[in-house]
Amino acid sequence: MQRWSRFNIASIVIGFAFLYLPIVLLVVFSFNESKLVTVWAGFSTKWYVQLFHNQALLDAAWVTIRVGLISATVATVLGTLAALAMTRYTRFRGRMLFSGMIYAPLVMPEVITGLSMLLLFVAIGFDRGFWTLTLAHITFTMCFVAVVVQSRLLSFDRSIEEAAMDLGATPVATFLQVTLPVIAPAVFSGWVLAFTLSLDDLVISSFTSGPGATTLPMRIYSQVRLGVTPEINAVCTILIGIVAIGVLIASVVSRSREIQRVKDEQAAFAH
Amino acid sequence: MKSLGSIRRSFAPWTDPKSVPFIAVKNVTKRFGDFVAVDDLSLNIYPREFFALLGASGCGKSTLLRMLAGFEQPTSGEIILDGQSLAGIPPYKRPVNMMFQSYALFPHMTVENNIAFGLKQDGMPKADIAARVDQMLKLVKLDKFAKRKPHQLSGGQRQRVALARSLAKRPKVLLLDEPLGALDKKLREETQFELMDLQQELGLTFVVVTHDQEEAMTMADRIAVMAHGKVVQVATPPEIYEAPNSRFVADFIGDVNIFDGTVSSAGNGTAEIATQTGFTVRVASTEPPAVGAKAGFAVRPEKIRVGRDRPACAPLNAAQGEIWDIGYLGDMTVFHVKLKDGKVIKASSLNAVRAVEDPLGYDQEVWISFDENAGVVLKD
Repeated sequence: MQRWSRFNIASIVIGFAFLYLPIVLLVVFSFNESKLVTVWAGFSTKWYVQLFHNQALLDAAWVTIRVGLISATVATVLGTLAALAMTRYTRFRGRMLFSGMIYAPLVMPEVITGLSMLLLFVAIGFDRGFWTLTLAHITFTMCFVAVVVQSRLLSFDRSIEEAAMDLGATPVATFLQVTLPVIAPAVFSGWVLAFTLSLDDLVISSFTSGPGATTLPMRIYSQVRLGVTPEINAVCTILIGIVAIGVLIASVVSRSREIQRVKDEQAAFAH
Repeated sequence: MKSLGSIRRSFAPWTDPKSVPFIAVKNVTKRFGDFVAVDDLSLNIYPREFFALLGASGCGKSTLLRMLAGFEQPTSGEIILDGQSLAGIPPYKRPVNMMFQSYALFPHMTVENNIAFGLKQDGMPKADIAARVDQMLKLVKLDKFAKRKPHQLSGGQRQRVALARSLAKRPKVLLLDEPLGALDKKLREETQFELMDLQQELGLTFVVVTHDQEEAMTMADRIAVMAHGKVVQVATPPEIYEAPNSRFVADFIGDVNIFDGTVSSAGNGTAEIATQTGFTVRVASTEPPAVGAKAGFAVRPEKIRVGRDRPACAPLNAAQGEIWDIGYLGDMTVFHVKLKDGKVIKASSLNAVRAVEDPLGYDQEVWISFDENAGVVLKD
């Protein structure tokens, strides 16, 4: 067993404090009795109760979820297709340009992405609202999906596709029965990533949304400008809880799968 | 059932001019950019033949196999299978199946679903699929593993699944890409004989690609030795070994000693070659090269005798030297003998008795000798 030096302990404590102190503070004060955010007056869950009577907040949450589901799904389809094209056709003209253009949105300042989309929608006379918001989210999450799926495809053994075709499967049947099931975990994590990004985007949403399509981050931001209330703390705590549970489930599932795989392999070689 | 030997002995359709090839490769060339992988290659493979494509990596053997499977299209030339041109026919419409070097099992499917995959694509009724899968599992002795996934199997078991899957559709031709490459030595040797039995039992045509000459020699009816996209020699294993048609084949298959020299006399079914090493060899040769021509003489290590006494045939087919190295392999001993001019040759002798009195030792003066029909003349 390694010995822990004081230096290591100190750096871990400071590092984690840096990361989580603000979040812990937020969670703690969401259970504050008092309306004043920085003064502790006893434990209470009243802000959570009140939250569910705040129609504006609930509407915003609903919009966010709908935008997230639709945009993540469309982005996953488009991103997966882009990743397939990028890994399969390695020698077409202008491949470098194409791949660079797929990754550009990853490093593009969100303000620019948002602004350019706003200009586009105004130019073609598309009334801003739920659909412009969804389109914008598809655009900026798609490249993340492409990156995740592409990294999986790089280690994909293409001979299994050849084997499928050799056994009589048409290219479409091969894709549906062999390729897609094998890369499904990467496609799924691409979807989760896209959904999460869509869920907490503020900048691009602010540019591209219109009346009646306010997302939760936008609503929270605009309320905070009028002063932070414990109610906001409560919403954020719920969001943190959802994200934490999601991450936990994902890691538990992948970990138990990994353990199962190792066990299976040991069993196979014991024969 | 007739023994394998009796069938094999009588099986030689390539000697009969009337027999029709099952697979005819006609002047096929395949280029990748500037690189010529297969160069104007022609081959005939006959029904029920176990045919091996043997060569070092990069010689074009895998490319040829992939053209038979339909994963690559020839740049020029034509491949005919059972009287039908394969040009433009995609892999999923060809009556051939392939066993991949990596096995290429579908990782997300159980063993039985892997085997059933091809049958499902054909829309075979469910009951028939189940029966066929059952039959294939029994054939490769994996009936207990039907519900396992590929990662729950050992290497040898995966190899069997791959084999069963490629045989399930009863293809006219089975293509095997380095089928035993990933197995350890012992399992490989066992599996070689199993594959031969299976091929006879099912009456299929097998085309196997391998870089392992021992594998090719053991299994194949005929071997095509390939180099630089061309076929150098097509012949049965004994012909390839005992009568290589070129320096390349002699050197590629097994161990060989090659002596360069000039033909000093020829006729009456023999040729004499004055070697650069300083002695003259007399060798049986039905078509000897002209007197004065440069020629090589190739002789295998096991056909060279090593002894202390001057052989009766000397000075023909004999030379003096000293023992330079001794490799004891158990079943036989390999001697490296350094001849007078410094050339080191290999000779091996079978250890027929357990303990030899006064065995040959290092640095000993010895004679090497061989018979007139021990080696072959190489014209190139």
